Amino acid sequence: MKNTFIGTPLQRREDLRLLRGRGEYVDDLAPQGLLHAVILRSSVAHGRLRAIDASAALKMNGVHAVITAKDMPGGPPIIPMRLQPLPEFKPYEQPVLAHDKVRYVGEPLAVVVADSAAVGEDALEAIAVEIEPLLAVADWHVAARNKSLLFEATGTNRALVFEARKGDADAAFASAPYTRRERMRTGRHYGLTLEPRGVMAEWDAAKGRLKVSGAAKVPFFNRRILAKLIGLPEDAIEMVENDVGGGYGARGEFYPEDFLIPFAARHLNRPVKWIEDRRENLMAMNHARETEADLEIACARDGTILAIRGSISTDMGAYMRTNGAVGARNVAQFLAGPYRVPHVKIDSALWMTNKTPVGTYRGPGRFEGNFYVERLLDMVAEDLGLDRVELRRRNLIRADEQPYPIATVQPTNAKDQYDSGDYRTTLERALQEINWPEVSKLQGKLIDGRYHGLGVACYVEGGGAGPKERARLEINADGTFSVFMGSSSVGQGVETVFAQIAADALEVPIDRIRHVYHGSTGYLSEGFGAYHSRSTVMGGSAVLEATKNLMSLLREAAAKRLGCATAAIRIEAETISGPDGRSVPLREFAGLTAEGEFVSHQHTYSFGAHAVHLAVDPKLGRIDILDYVVVQDVGRAVNPLTVRGQMIGSLVQGLGGAVLEQLQYDADGQLLTGTLADYLLPTASDFPNLRAVVLENYPSPINPLGVKGAGEGGIISAGGAVANAVANALQSFGVQPRQLPLTPAYVWELVQSAQQKAAE
Amino acid sequence: MKLPQFEYACPTSLADAVALLAARAGEAKPLAGGQSLVPMLAFRIAQPALLVDLRKVPGLREIKIGDDGVRLGAMVRWCDIEADARLGIAHPLLKAAVAHVAHYQIRNRGTVGGSLAHADPAAEMPGVAVTCEAEIAVVGAAGARTIKASEFFLGALTTALEPDEVITEVRLPPWRRERRWGFEEFARRRGDFALAGIALFYDLSRDGRASNAHIGAIGIGDRPQRLRAAEAALNGRIVDAMTVEQAAAAAAAEVEPQDDVHASAAYRRALVGTLVERALQQAAE
Amino acid sequence: MPVRFKVNGKEAAVEIEPRMTLADCLRQRLRLTGTHVGCEHGVCGACTVLVDGEAVRACLMLAVQAEGSEVVTIEGLSDGERLTPLQESFRRHHALQCGFCTPGFITTAHALLTREPDCDAARVREVLSGNICRCTGYVPIVDAVLDARAAYKGGTKS
Repeated sequence: MKNTFIGTPLQRREDLRLLRGRGEYVDDLAPQGLLHAVILRSSVAHGRLRAIDASAALKMNGVHAVITAKDMPGGPPIIPMRLQPLPEFKPYEQPVLAHDKVRYVGEPLAVVVADSAAVGEDALEAIAVEIEPLLAVADWHVAARNKSLLFEATGTNRALVFEARKGDADAAFASAPYTRRERMRTGRHYGLTLEPRGVMAEWDAAKGRLKVSGAAKVPFFNRRILAKLIGLPEDAIEMVENDVGGGYGARGEFYPEDFLIPFAARHLNRPVKWIEDRRENLMAMNHARETEADLEIACARDGTILAIRGSISTDMGAYMRTNGAVGARNVAQFLAGPYRVPHVKIDSALWMTNKTPVGTYRGPGRFEGNFYVERLLDMVAEDLGLDRVELRRRNLIRADEQPYPIATVQPTNAKDQYDSGDYRTTLERALQEINWPEVSKLQGKLIDGRYHGLGVACYVEGGGAGPKERARLEINADGTFSVFMGSSSVGQGVETVFAQIAADALEVPIDRIRHVYHGSTGYLSEGFGAYHSRSTVMGGSAVLEATKNLMSLLREAAAKRLGCATAAIRIEAETISGPDGRSVPLREFAGLTAEGEFVSHQHTYSFGAHAVHLAVDPKLGRIDILDYVVVQDVGRAVNPLTVRGQMIGSLVQGLGGAVLEQLQYDADGQLLTGTLADYLLPTASDFPNLRAVVLENYPSPINPLGVKGAGEGGIISAGGAVANAVANALQSFGVQPRQLPLTPAYVWELVQSAQQKAAE
Repeated sequence: MKLPQFEYACPTSLADAVALLAARAGEAKPLAGGQSLVPMLAFRIAQPALLVDLRKVPGLREIKIGDDGVRLGAMVRWCDIEADARLGIAHPLLKAAVAHVAHYQIRNRGTVGGSLAHADPAAEMPGVAVTCEAEIAVVGAAGARTIKASEFFLGALTTALEPDEVITEVRLPPWRRERRWGFEEFARRRGDFALAGIALFYDLSRDGRASNAHIGAIGIGDRPQRLRAAEAALNGRIVDAMTVEQAAAAAAAEVEPQDDVHASAAYRRALVGTLVERALQQAAE
Repeated sequence: MPVRFKVNGKEAAVEIEPRMTLADCLRQRLRLTGTHVGCEHGVCGACTVLVDGEAVRACLMLAVQAEGSEVVTIEGLSDGERLTPLQESFRRHHALQCGFCTPGFITTAHALLTREPDCDAARVREVLSGNICRCTGYVPIVDAVLDARAAYKGGTKS
C-alpha cells in the first residue's frame, strides 16, 4: 500500500454533522402519522401478575392501544440468547412482556400507544395492575438459599456454573509455600449511554415489510431474532442504524422493546416510536458487574505465581439476556489476565435475582477480575516483602511465551490463547510516564491532610471476535468510492477509520472515499456488528478483502472494454488503461461493486498497564486522582486520535465504576438509585489529570492490518489500580480495600475500623 | 418523563399571583426558576393543577444591601448573587455558600425563593437562612407576614408556607465586617447536593473570645438545623485547636443523621465533626 | 396555548400545552433536533440552549416561559457549511465521539467563552461539570474549549 492514511490522526468526518446539530438519532425521526409508545413497567420486584385493567386508559383521548401479553397469540415470545446460548439457560430467558410472574422492578407489562409520549404517560397512571407479591431475591446470597425461586420449574436460582480450568490447581496449592485467600466484591453499575435507547417501527401492510430504526451494535443478528419472533421472513425486515449515542456493550442488544415496538406498529398499522426515558433506562438497560469472589492465590517465596483457585458469584438479575453470560464467563476465563498462571481453577456461578438483568458493559468480567487479581498481587507483595512492581515484572507474560494459552471454560469448551506481545513493556512505559522512582517517595506520606498513594495494574484486552465480517465497496458515478460495512457504529468513529483503511487499500486520496455506510441491514448480505472491540479488527480486514475483490472485478471489466488481458490492465489514479495506451476513466465503471469477507476464529489481545498517583483524605474518605497514565499496545493504531479517545474515555468510565457509580437496591428489590442525581456519573471536574500513551510494538499476527481491539483497555484496570493506590496511601492504617466502588463512606469506614482495631 | 397536565398562568402583579393561588388553594403552585419543581413534575412527584409563573411579577429580583442587612428578592438567581461584587463584603458567607449550588445552567435559572420553598434538607440557601437567623417575607391572601427561618422549614420538602402564599424576599441580618466565618460542604461531585455542609460564623470580643456563634448544618436530618451544643462549645472561648476540637466533637455528638444510598449515619456524623473543624479553621485564617 | 419567541434569529409561533418543555418544543414542534434530551430531569446538560444569551437546561424550562425570549440552539451557533472556531477546536481535539452530548457542550462553552474568554482550566471544568459526556472522558473537551478562547477575545463571537 502506497498511501499512509492508516496511522495518521485524521480528524473525523462524522464530526462535521455532529458538531452542528445535524446528526440524526432515532428520536429525531418523525414520519407522518407517527404514534408514540410508552411502557408500563412492574413496580414490584417479585410477584404473581394477577390482572392488568386498562379499560380506563383506553377511554382516554389520544390513546390508541394498550398491548398486553393477552394480545399475543401463543403468549409473549421469548428472547433467545446471542452469545453462549446454552440449553441450561433456556428456562431463564426473558419473555417480551411479563405474563405470569414479574421478576424485577422495571419489567415490561404492557405497551401504551398514544398520540404523544405525554398522553401515553397519562394513560400509564390510569392502568390498574394487580400483583401478588412474593419474597424478593434481592442479592445472590438470598438467591443461594433457594427459598424464594424466580423460576420454580428449575428448582434453583443458580442458572449455571462456568468452570475455568488450566493445569492442576489443587495439586499446586497442596505443595505451595505461600497462599492467601480473600473475599472481595465489585458493585453493580452499567453502560449507561447518554442517548437513551429508542426504536421506531414502520409497517408497510401492502408489501408486508417492516422497517425498524434505532438499530445498533448487532442489527443483522437482531433482524434474525425479530423475524423469528414476529413471524416474518428476514428479508421483509430492514434494520436502520441511525446516529447512535453511545453503546458500551449495553445498547443494541435485543431487548423486549425491540419486539414490542415493531409488534405495536404492525398491530396498529401505524408508525410507532418508543424513546426510553432516563428513569426507565436505569431499570431497563442491561446492568453489569455485580460479583463477589472468594479467591486464593499460591506463590513461591520469590513471588512467582503458582496457581489461582476459588469461586465467583455473579448477581445476574432476573433473566438471562442475549449476552448475559459473557461477564460471568470472562471473569473466570480471564481472571489471570496478563500474568503467567500455570494452574487455574475457578468456578463462576450465575445467580438469578429480582433485579434488572445483566448484560455486557465494556470490559465485561475483565474489570471485575482485574480488580481481584491486582488486589491479590499487592497483598502478596506485602506478605512476602517484595516490591509490587518487581512482583509483576516477574509474572507478566513475555514475548517468547506467545501465543500463550489460557484457562479453558466449560461447559462451552472455550479455549483461547493470547496472540502477541511482551506484557512487561507497557508496565515499564507506564512507570516511566508517571515518574515512578520520584513519586514513589510519596507513598503513604501525609501531606496537607491527604495521604499519597501509588497503584499499578496490568491487563490484556480481548478483541476482534469472529466469526467473520463483511464489507462492500462500490464505484460511484463521479469516480469516488463508497464503503458499506457490516460493522456498526456506536459513536466510535468508524466512518473515518474505515475511510482511512479503504483509502490505503485502494491507494487513493481520502476524499475519494465519499461515504462510509454502516450498520443498516440494507447495505450488505450479512454483518456482525460492534462488540468485543471488533469493528476495526474484523471490519477493517474485510475492507481489504473487498478491495482485492473490487480491483479484480475492475480489471476484468476493463480488460473486456479494452480488449486485453486482465493482467495488462493498469489502474492509476482515476484512469484505467490497457497496454496499447487506450484508457477509460474510472467513473465509467460506476456501479461496479464487490463484497469482501474476513473470517477469523482467533481473538486479538492488546495489552497495557495503568499507573496512578492519588491522594486520600482519610476524614472525608475522598480520593483525588493527581496523575493517571494508561499505556496500551494496540498493535497498530489506524487513527491515533480515536485510539487515544477510546483509552481516555474508557478510563473515565472505569473510574466511575471505581469510585462513583453504583446501582443500589433495597431488600425488597426496589432500585434506590433511580435518577442521575443518585446514580453518579463522572463529570468534567472529577478526574482532570489523565493521560494515554499508545504503543504499536506488537502488531497482531492474526489479521492483515496487525490491529488489535482497543476500546476497553482504559476501563479494565481502573478499579484495581485505584484500589491498590488507596491501600498504598493508607498503608499506615493497614487497610485493604476489598470492594468497589470506593465511595467516601467506604474508605472512611476502612480507616475507622483499622483505627478501632489498633486501639483494641 | 413528560410532565403531567396543568394549567399555566403568568400574572403581572403579586396580587394577581396570590389571587390565582388562593382560588385554587392546594392545587396551584408558584413557579419561579423551575429548577427543582420541573424535575418533580418530570417524575410526576408533583402534579399541580395550575402553575403560577412569577416571572412577570415586579419587584422580586432585587438585591438590596443596607444597614438592615441583605435583602434578596425571591426571584434573585444564583448567578445574580455570584455576579454581585458588593456581597463579598456585605455577606461573604452567603456568597461562599451559593458558590456550591448546582451547575452553571441551573445557576442561570434557579432562584433564592424557589430553593427556600422547595426546602431540600441538603440545599445551601435554606442552610444559610437558618444559620443566619434570616426572615422570610411572604404574601398571601391574608396579607403579608414574615416567618423566621427557624420556623419556616418543617421537614423535607415541607415549609410553613400556606398554599396561597408567595415568598417575596429573604432578609439576612446585618453582617459585621470583622466577623469570622466559614463554609464547608462535602458532596460526591461538584454541584451535587451535599452529603453534609456546615455554615458558621462568630464574632470576636475585645479579649479575643468567640461570641454570638452560629453554626448550621445541611444534609443531616430532614431540614437545616443549628448546632447549639457546638455553638456553646465556642461561645466565650479563645478559638484555639482545643476549642475547635471540642466544638467539632459536640457537633458530631448532637446530630442524628440517617443512612441513605450515599452514606451511612456513622459516616455522616463523623463528617459533621470534620466539616465543623475545617470551617472553624477557615474562619480563623 | 400560543407562544411566540425568537429562535436563532427567526420568529417562532407555536400552539402548545403548557406542560411542554422548551426542549420538546424545539425538537418536536420546531424540528430543531440538534438539541438533545438525555435525562429530562436537569442533570445531563445535553439539552442546553441559550435563552437571552444565558445557558439554560431546556428540559427544565417550560416552552411557555420562553415567551418573548431569544433562544439560540446549536443550529444557530453554526456558520453555514463552515465550522466555527469552537467547533473546529472540538474536532481538532477529538472532543466528541458519539456526538449526543456535543450540542450541549458547544452551547455551554459558547456561553462561557462569550462572557469569560480568559477563563482558566479549573473554571472550564467547573462550568462543564453540568454536562455529562459518556464517551470522551472530558479531557479533550476541556482542551478544546481552552484552545478556542482566542477566538472569543476582543468581542469576537462564534
